[in-house]
Amino acid sequence: MFRFLSGFGSYWMLMGKVFSKPEKPSIYYRQTMKELVSLGLRSIGIVTIISFFMGAVITLQTAYNTENPIYPTYLIGLGARDSIILEFSSTIVALILAGKVGSNIASEIGTMRVTEQIDALELMGVNSASYIILPKVVATVLFNPFLTLISIITGIMGGLIVGTAADVVTAQAYIYGIQYAFIPYYITYSLIKTVIFAFIITTVSAHQGYHVEGGSLEVGRASTKAVVYSSVTLLLFNVILTQLLLS
Amino acid sequence: MIRAEHISKSFGDRKVLTDISALFEPGKTNLIIGKSGSGKTVFLKCLVGLLDVDEGKIWYNDVLFTDLDFHGRKEIRKQMGMLFQGSALFDSMSVEENVRFPLDMFTSMSYEEKLERVNFCLDRVNIVNSNKLFPSELSGGMKKRVAIARAIALKPRFLFCDEPNSGLDPKTSIVIDELIREITVELNMTTIVNTHDMNSVMENGEKIIFIEEGEKCWEGNRSEILKSDCRILNEFVFANSLARQLKESSK
Repeated sequence: MFRFLSGFGSYWMLMGKVFSKPEKPSIYYRQTMKELVSLGLRSIGIVTIISFFMGAVITLQTAYNTENPIYPTYLIGLGARDSIILEFSSTIVALILAGKVGSNIASEIGTMRVTEQIDALELMGVNSASYIILPKVVATVLFNPFLTLISIITGIMGGLIVGTAADVVTAQAYIYGIQYAFIPYYITYSLIKTVIFAFIITTVSAHQGYHVEGGSLEVGRASTKAVVYSSVTLLLFNVILTQLLLS
Repeated sequence: MIRAEHISKSFGDRKVLTDISALFEPGKTNLIIGKSGSGKTVFLKCLVGLLDVDEGKIWYNDVLFTDLDFHGRKEIRKQMGMLFQGSALFDSMSVEENVRFPLDMFTSMSYEEKLERVNFCLDRVNIVNSNKLFPSELSGGMKKRVAIARAIALKPRFLFCDEPNSGLDPKTSIVIDELIREITVELNMTTIVNTHDMNSVMENGEKIIFIEEGEKCWEGNRSEILKSDCRILNEFVFANSLARQLKESSK
């Protein structure tokens, strides 16, 4: 309990340092652009591949579990669409990004800590927490909604392609289904969740990396902890946000 | 000038520094010597404010550094340069970007002016045609020299070096020692070097402080060290037979 409270306190103290006024905004802007490429653009591949196959599986599962003459087949498209928009493209993709981006952030910052690069920044009079972490937070919070939109589109496309190829639904029925009773707010809900999840993944992982003490072994441990803690926090917030935004 | 008064520091129950006082003068290479684990690095980190002292005061000229908050320290830190044990170059930046970093952060110089200063600093540490290389492509000695170039980019008034010779061959160590000594005189800096390299002590030791188990045991210069009758210091300095022969011949 004491360790949890101590960790929680140090997290908020770190956030206080991260969100203080940047020394030189132009340098932070440049750093943010670099992070957009490193944490955002370089995640498009994995998000696309996973979304495509998950969309396909959701469609097949929906089809096989609703094999009943009473149910119209367009419901397969509708079910796949809502599953992808409401849960899959925000939460599951965020969990995948917690693994990819979270471990990357924790190990990068942890290595900077053990090789005294963070000390070097502090000694120069640079707010190291803000300089290193703020651009990452801004980059992921800005870019992850695009990843979610890409995931939604790819997931639905995956469902269409594999669903029709497996002959569980016709293209016409699937397309009708994804348009049927569409609630635009679901997209907003998904994007709000994505922004909050992006913040959680980046800051929790950065906190783990920033407070590493020791050597490469501890950096590895911090990287693992970053993935575990950000995933658990993310799932907890998924429940809270779902209740708040959909009730 | 840097003045440390009665510095003590503990980590939990373990006392690492006990009541250390010292005066470090400008234009001189001040050495802190002692065996591994004696508290040299902790003392240096306390001096630069990377660790907070439990007791004692640290003055930078007439400014009481230990009483300053983050923003106050920031102003003093802009006048500091530090060479870390592992060089601490930023992996994601090239040599040029590393040296330019403090200029980017704290000056309003144009790109051309910054480049001129970067090239001057790199030239001063004998690094040529390596601007676009990354730290992973440099040798240990080159990394140290680039780190010195970065440390002097803003013309600091205080230079701190933590084990500048660790992991270097004797010849490269001498080059680094000479460089530190020359730069100290050129910029009239107050330089503090942590070392356990006896070649450095004999070459650069204008003022030497010997720390043993967190306590200051001896203070003097390189000529006095040969004549000292401090047993613990002699055990450290004259640990090998060659050094003992030198001591005998100096009597």
